[in-house]
Parts: sequence; structure tokens; C-alpha cells
Amino acid sequence: MSLGAEVSQALIVCVAAIFTQNILLAYFLGLCPFIGVSREIKAAFGLGLAVIFVLTCTVLLNWLAYHYVLVPLGLEFFRFILFIIIIAAFVQFVEMVVERYSPFLYQQLGVFLPLITVNCAIMGASLFMVIRDYSFIVTIGYGLGSGVGWFLAIMAMAGIRQRLATDRIPRGLQGPGITLIIAGLMAMAFIGFSGVLQGR
Amino acid sequence: MSPATPTPRAKDIALQGLWRENPIFGQVLGICSTLAVTNLVLNTVVMCVGLVFTLSLSSATVSILRTLTPRNIRMMVETLIIAFYVIIVDVLLGAYWPAMRSNLGPYIGLIITNCIVMGRCEAYGNSNPPGRAFLDGFFMALGYSVILLIVATFREILGLGTFAGLAVPFFASPAWDKWIIMVTPPGAFFMLAIVVWVFRSIQQRKEEPAK
Repeated sequence: MSLGAEVSQALIVCVAAIFTQNILLAYFLGLCPFIGVSREIKAAFGLGLAVIFVLTCTVLLNWLAYHYVLVPLGLEFFRFILFIIIIAAFVQFVEMVVERYSPFLYQQLGVFLPLITVNCAIMGASLFMVIRDYSFIVTIGYGLGSGVGWFLAIMAMAGIRQRLATDRIPRGLQGPGITLIIAGLMAMAFIGFSGVLQGR
Repeated sequence: MSPATPTPRAKDIALQGLWRENPIFGQVLGICSTLAVTNLVLNTVVMCVGLVFTLSLSSATVSILRTLTPRNIRMMVETLIIAFYVIIVDVLLGAYWPAMRSNLGPYIGLIITNCIVMGRCEAYGNSNPPGRAFLDGFFMALGYSVILLIVATFREILGLGTFAGLAVPFFASPAWDKWIIMVTPPGAFFMLAIVVWVFRSIQQRKEEPAK
């Protein structure tokens, strides 16, 4: 494929990852922090930004590791361990750098960084990248799109949940129950975007 | 979380995992990697077997190694133990049932980042002998599987009119307008929300007279 074709494919993949194939609403990845941290907008914002950054970088790192280390060695089945190590190491590294150079950013994101290691969205994006056989450039679009999609979803949810705080909800539905229902409604709305990308 | 009693019996551990602290409606954890496969009962069963295997054995392994593991790299060691068992599941599935492996896509690998597995290893395996850790992991995973199977059963019957691929009377016939939404992602969210709602309400009703 020529460079131009790859870039345009990367754009399509990026938009699809944000809307129709939203990693959270269509693939259920990263649901635990989505339910746990969406209670207030500020926390959701911090976590969302951290996810965009870490997801984009680790997907690319994992792409390099997979195609230049595992495939030549024939160790594809080893990818789970390699990916999780790369993710954990990267998160640790970012945490150290941020703590050293930007105390402000550390204050904002610090608590969320360790959580990210066990965020399924990060690992899931890397595994999808392998299964769908994306090229490096397309992977850039995919990583960015997935992160932004997750960010959008959790911000929308946090906004809605702040409004819900004063509403009367059946006791059994309070907390996770109502969050899941809203997520379902949001998922329906996001599926509505599929018309935009039809025929691609 | 309840304080650790000196020697909980197997029955208590079972009850705790299946009902009182059920991972799904009690703690709403670890639904990420598994909710996606609940549109078909068969996929769910395979996924749950994988989860039970991974959780019980990795909890026991963490427990065996708990005195040998340095505290500051504990999380990393736990992750590697879990990843080790997940790879076994993945390789076995790839060898004996490749079609199922490609159906499940990335979700088998995502058992590694399933909060339940890590959570139980950390909360229970780390401070209890291997036998009990194994039981705890087993029943926690079982409690989790039961709920997902309920979700999957409803989704497949309402959405496709089949149960594990077999046609269900009435629901498979033209008289039943299939609820396609149940097999799409929103259906999973709604179904899980309803299940959480029902079970939490039952739990709350049971607790009330005790107060």
C-alpha cells in the first residue's frame, strides 16, 4: 500500500474506533474504571487523558515488539506476557517521569496511572491490533481513536451521573446498575454512527 | 469486606463467592473482558471455564509463592502467574478448538487484565494457604460464571431464538419477533443491569429483617 492510502485508512480506522467501534461501548473494554471512576467529571477527565496517552503509546510499542521480536522468533503465543510487561513498564516509566518533571500533572494524573496497568482497554487494543493485522501507520490511528473514544464515553457518563446524583433511583439499581443502563443507551447512540462509515 | 475469620470452612468460602460477595452484583468487577462474549451461550461457557481455571490455579500459585515474593514486585509476579495460566488456556484452545479461539478473539487474553483475577489473588491468595485460596478462586469464578450464563441465556434466546445453537420452541418460530438488539452491545448492558438489579434487590430484602 502507498503511504497516502495508508494514511487515509488510518483516518478511517481512527474515526471508526472513536464512534462505531468504540472500545468501551462496542467491545466492553475498560468497564471497571468506567463504572468506578465516572462519579465525578474531574476524575473522569484525568483518567481519560491518561488512557489516551498510555493507550496510543503502548499500542505502538507493542506493535514494534510483536513484529520485530515475537514474529521473527516464532513466539507469537508469548504475546500476552510481553504486552503486559511492556504496558506495566511503560506506565511505571511515565509515572516516574511525570513525578520528576511535572508535579502539577502528577497531581492530576498520579493516582490514575497505576490503575491503567490493569485497564483492559489498553491490553485489548494491543490484542485487537494483532488480530486485525494493522500496519504501523494504521495502528497510530487506531490507538489514538480508541483512546479518544474511551475518553469521550467516560466524560459523557460522568456528566450524566452528576445529574443523576439528585434523582431518585430504585435502591437495587443505584450505582453500577443505573450506570450500565446509561451505558447501554449510549452504546445505542454510538451505533447510530455506523451509517457514516457504511461501505468502507 | 468482612474481617478474616480464623478458619473459614469450605462451605463458607463457597457461599461467599457465589452469593454474599459475588464478583458481579456484589462488587461489579471484572465484567469487561467477558461481557462481550455473552451473546452466545457456548462462547460464554468456554470463556467461563477458562476463567475458573485461571483464577483458581493462579490464586493457589500466588498463595504458594506468597512467602517467597518480595513485596515491592508482588503485583508484577502476580500478573506473570496469571498470564502463564492464560497462555495455557489459549494454547490448549488453539490446539483443540481453533474455531472457538478465533470466535473469542482477544477476550481470552484479556482474562489477564480481568480485575477479578488480580483482585482475588491480591485480596485472598496473598494472605491465605493454597488450599483455601484455590477454593476461594474457584467459587468466585463460579459465582461470576453463573451470572454471565444467565445474561448469555437471555440474550441468545431473545435475540436469536436459540440456546447454545439449538433452536428453542416458540422463540425460534416466526411468531416471535427476534429482539436483535439483545445480541448487539447495548443488549449486554441492559441485560446485565437488569440482572444486577434483581439480585441486589433480593439481597437487600434479605438483609432488611436482620436490622
